[in-house]
Amino acid sequence: MPPLAITARTLTSACGRGLAAHAEALRDRRSGLRRNDFSATPLDTWIGRVDGVEQVELPERLMGWDCRNNRLAWLALQQDDLFQHVQGLACRYGAERVALVIGTSTSSIGASEEAYTRLQDDRFPPDLDRPIIHTPHSLGSFLAAATGLRGPCVTVATACSSSAKVFAQAARMIQTGLVDAALVGGVDTLCGSVLFGFNALGLVSPEPCRPFDVARRGLSLGEAGGYALVERDGRGPRLLGYGESSDAHHMSSPHPEGLGARLCMQAALARAGLEPDSVDYLNLHGTATPKNDEIEAGAVARLFGARLKASSTKAWTGHTLGAAGIVESLFALSAIDSGMMPGTLNCDTLDPACGPQILRENTRAEVRVVMNNSFGFGGNNASLVFAAEGFR
Amino acid sequence: MSALPAMKVLGIGAWADGLPDWASMRAFARGNAGLIENAPKKPAPTMLPANERRRAPDSVLLALEVAQAACSDAGIDPASLPSVFTSTHGDLAITHAMCDTLARAPTEVSPTKFHNSVHNAAAGYWTIGVGCREPATAISAFDASFGQGLIEAALQLACDAPAVLLVGYDSFAAGPLSHTSKSEGLFGFALVLGRADGTGLGLQAELEAAPAARAQGPLLKALAANAMGPAAVLAQALACGASACELNAGNGSRLNIEIARG
Repeated sequence: MPPLAITARTLTSACGRGLAAHAEALRDRRSGLRRNDFSATPLDTWIGRVDGVEQVELPERLMGWDCRNNRLAWLALQQDDLFQHVQGLACRYGAERVALVIGTSTSSIGASEEAYTRLQDDRFPPDLDRPIIHTPHSLGSFLAAATGLRGPCVTVATACSSSAKVFAQAARMIQTGLVDAALVGGVDTLCGSVLFGFNALGLVSPEPCRPFDVARRGLSLGEAGGYALVERDGRGPRLLGYGESSDAHHMSSPHPEGLGARLCMQAALARAGLEPDSVDYLNLHGTATPKNDEIEAGAVARLFGARLKASSTKAWTGHTLGAAGIVESLFALSAIDSGMMPGTLNCDTLDPACGPQILRENTRAEVRVVMNNSFGFGGNNASLVFAAEGFR
Repeated sequence: MSALPAMKVLGIGAWADGLPDWASMRAFARGNAGLIENAPKKPAPTMLPANERRRAPDSVLLALEVAQAACSDAGIDPASLPSVFTSTHGDLAITHAMCDTLARAPTEVSPTKFHNSVHNAAAGYWTIGVGCREPATAISAFDASFGQGLIEAALQLACDAPAVLLVGYDSFAAGPLSHTSKSEGLFGFALVLGRADGTGLGLQAELEAAPAARAQGPLLKALAANAMGPAAVLAQALACGASACELNAGNGSRLNIEIARG
């Protein structure tokens, strides 16, 4: 595929607001995880909660969309001048020529959950009786209103691969000339559904998650919002390829030989026109569940040589589900910017299933080509390949 | 205005209450027949083993039924097709059940209900059921979900694959949520789409920054209360041999669709 330029980006997670806060957290190996102080019913786990979401005030004209997820979407939009960059894009191309492709897993279901705790005569209380916040497109609809973009607006909800797949869908829109540019990204917030849903599956860790550690005990859930502007041309790193695949195996556990993971990594490399040896750094899905990490490490070891360095950054942010694709794509891009590949925080003793690729310590190197893996429920997989501007 | 790559309809699948296949839906849309009495209350897609059929929510049964019918109509192996699943709400009855349990006893959330609650549940069951390792996506664009699904299918045809499965579906709401998020009954509409070659049933769409006109017809009226009702605009046009229709594409825009029969 023709490479596309990533001309602006931003990220807000438990590690802080904006790219600089994340670069510092990665460099200093400072995790954003804390003991669960979110759920009304106690659950013994650690979470990546974003400070200050409760205090965010939406402008009056956007109050119809008010809920935790859209507040985080708004907060994230204000960092790194992203909002101004979006306005610039709309001026340059026309608002109709800029698409909005956004990923989420649960969107604003937290508002639906809250309504069920405050029912009045078996109906939602008046302040939550707003259809748009009880549907997946709450997020896309909110961002269209917030930014004024008027191109195609779509919410991608393929669980944990959502905000990686947005890059693929936006690339298709630009490649075919349907639009000239796109705002892509993902926003997911903590809610009862995911905390108690993953708990029901036995996948939630009682301690901060430890990706690829031999004694890992499951995932830490998190919330985050992040965005990127994608254009045909311009200053910034390049999106070189995307790969998408299905496991065709099981709703909530990965294919035992990592077949879907291999297929999407290969597809992304093929679209980028690169051999596996060209990739310097891979940000892994690395959820710290026993199965994911073993299977992903195996798939990576079979596809890549020892030159590749790979890590999971989930112990910084928690697993941010529908936002994981954008969070970890931006972490991979930050390795290009800083020449520092993050190690795998909280991984003390590597699982013997891991190949020589898995990094424990932060490592400095010249990083030109990076990859991100995002795998979701239903066996829904996506991989992205990015490169430094001027790579070719 | 932006033109989308031209498409060819290779297969059609449909299911709604009282209209359990495309033949009965087409006859109803033309005004040649009424709803079928004693039609099955819900679809029972044969591709799922009996135990999976029991675990799968109604929205998933619906999506799989129309997907299977469209592939069968096209005579194409379902495992070879990338898929675009589009739904306004996913499954409101599952959302209700999850929220109800969370409000009463969060630690009693069922793991099956949880994995059935993801928006890509139908895509997941489908790829597992037919052994498909091709890409699958699950999207929503509220009342423009079908229009945006058609756009994504057209883009995949242009960039990635010679044929694509598009599945639009929505199911009924339940509990307190049903007073706020409204959708009734079951309606699913699926198309297997290929690249246009001047033969067969062709779709040429262009995106225009203007709202879609309100269409009319017996099928639209019958399915108006279902959240996938907007897909009935295209179903009605295809059934009646119309030469054009307008689909809501959301965000103040529409798809102008020309229908050609080569």
